[in-house]
Amino acid sequence: MATSAAVRSSMGLTLRLSRVIPDCSTCPLYRLRSCANSAANLQMRGSVDSFRTINRHLQTSIGLYHSEEGSSNAEDPEDVVNVVYVDRSGQRIPVKAKVGDNVLYLAHKHGIELEGACEASLACSTCHVYVSSAHFVKLPEPEEREDDMLDMAPMLQENSRLGCQIILTPELDGIELTLPKVTRNFYVDGHVPKPH
Amino acid sequence: MSGHNLLKLWASGGSRWRLHQGISRCGKACYSSSNPKVCIVGSGPAGFYTAQHILKARQNVEVDVYERLPVPFGLVRFGVAPDHPEVKNVINTFTQTAKHSRCSFYGNVNVGKDVSIDELQQAYHAVVLSYGAEGNRSMGVPGEDLAGVYSAKDFVGWYNGLPNCRELSPDLSCETAVILGQGNVALDVARILLSPVDILKKTDITQPALEALAESQVRRVLIVGRRGPMQIACTIKELREMVNLPTTRPEMVAADFEGVTEALKDLPRPRKRLTELMLKTALEKPGEKEQERRIKASRIWGFRFFRSPVEVLANHNRVAGIRLAVNKLEGEGEGAQAVLTGEVEDVTCGLVVSSIGYKSLPIDPSVPFDSRKAIVPNVMGRVQQTAGLYCSGWLKTGPTGVIATTMNNSFDTARSVMEDMDSGSLDVSAAKPGSKSISALLEKRGIKPVTFSDWEKIDNVEMSRGEACGKPREKVLTVEEMLQVAWT
Repeated sequence: MATSAAVRSSMGLTLRLSRVIPDCSTCPLYRLRSCANSAANLQMRGSVDSFRTINRHLQTSIGLYHSEEGSSNAEDPEDVVNVVYVDRSGQRIPVKAKVGDNVLYLAHKHGIELEGACEASLACSTCHVYVSSAHFVKLPEPEEREDDMLDMAPMLQENSRLGCQIILTPELDGIELTLPKVTRNFYVDGHVPKPH
Repeated sequence: MSGHNLLKLWASGGSRWRLHQGISRCGKACYSSSNPKVCIVGSGPAGFYTAQHILKARQNVEVDVYERLPVPFGLVRFGVAPDHPEVKNVINTFTQTAKHSRCSFYGNVNVGKDVSIDELQQAYHAVVLSYGAEGNRSMGVPGEDLAGVYSAKDFVGWYNGLPNCRELSPDLSCETAVILGQGNVALDVARILLSPVDILKKTDITQPALEALAESQVRRVLIVGRRGPMQIACTIKELREMVNLPTTRPEMVAADFEGVTEALKDLPRPRKRLTELMLKTALEKPGEKEQERRIKASRIWGFRFFRSPVEVLANHNRVAGIRLAVNKLEGEGEGAQAVLTGEVEDVTCGLVVSSIGYKSLPIDPSVPFDSRKAIVPNVMGRVQQTAGLYCSGWLKTGPTGVIATTMNNSFDTARSVMEDMDSGSLDVSAAKPGSKSISALLEKRGIKPVTFSDWEKIDNVEMSRGEACGKPREKVLTVEEMLQVAWT
């Protein structure tokens, strides 16, 4: 815990985190990754580790590909993957992650507003992100089910992927993940309402 | 962090969130009565996503969610097809929201009847309407009230255990069913009608529906649309599921696809991939394996394009067929219009399901309602001419879009509420009583709300009943039994 807090603060994230979780920033019991709905996981961990943080209620269950260990604790520098999220307000949020991390759960861990309604089961498109072009080409081709879900994603672009399907590898160091600016005043699917 | 919050953390963390009954109520009482209070009407995705966004962005706002039924989650429980369990994972997110220390759930409260919108507005600083679209658009053709004609809304409600659809008991003794409409709901109905029972019996489909489907004689399902393949409303996931559905084969009309191949290259990606899959299914010579699969298939599904219902044909007051007008298209692409040619054709069938759209209904005379569009007139979720009243979800936009669409539109409404709090156009300076005064009103009227921990009892009962028969859940089918389970 202490290590991860130090890493975060050294990365200039403290401010952002304390905005997300102000009640808990001084509480030693908080844990950024919640895993309240993974029973198996809870049994594996000590109870202290399984606290849910009070102001975080995004679903962050542990998916198939999710790296079990906190990425900020990466000890082997070889394993570190630098990731930048660009949130919906355009703010750049650099994150130190590690090989094997899942982009959706990594976002949750750092308080970035990326939903994961279906919990990485390829049944929704709520974790849609744009991938920096240099890294987009390094990603494995999406499987058909991901492409099918992307077709339903609001504001689909050439460089769109589902965050839950991106697993960090060393080649992805420096990857930039931009959350689509699904803004008001627009219907998200470009639909213009017509009277019946 | 207050002691109560800590308690809640302990309880929810240590027990996989099932043990802290009572603590949440206490936790709520600990909050300052001067906190801004928001009330949400309806506990489907729109309601929960609106609540989530407000709770997350503000540290002092209290959010209460009211629901007519004793059970939460709206169309996630009663709309999403039973063979799409992954979509229902979102319930975990909603559960975390409901268990948030500043959120309360009040089920079994019929807003508009048990308590008025006006009373809610007096008790809360803001009221968000997110009660969805429970009505359905009717075809407006002779014979649509015949036995054997159902709205997709009711049919879906029946196999998903919606209490007021329990008695539907659709007659499945005919060979051909016709579904009017080609959206995802239409494809859900087609898939449920044609799926092997071995697949359905592992889902949370209700037992009565499972038994009826096991006895079903329906062998052929035609999915009818007014316009052409390039205007079809379903999405590719649902189409692919039809294409791959075991023991079925497609039966299309090749002529319906004239000119479609040529138009492919100019289509946006989603429409293009969808159309390619349809073309492949309808026109391409199947490979050896697929050919073999099709030969073995015992059931048939197919699209019928360019057709509008004219009349449901009867035989002894039961459906015997449907008369369809043949259309041609004027214009191109998404905006193309179906125009009658004057030609008609009759299709013999014993079951008609009309799946031409849901429709929101007005809730209270005090709330503006656009009956032509069947939505509450609003600007970015702010109900016109009614300060402090907001709307989100299908009531705001009309009944279209997938869960990501509803999520974004609900976040937008939440943003409007918070902007108004900040700008002062929503006055939160005076303390409001929130659920305190509403609970008192309800008690006086003999209404007992179902809390979230009450729901968890229902949830547990349903899951253990499901376990007993190899299903993820066996739903409780009546409001009476839900209440009984909740309060024992």
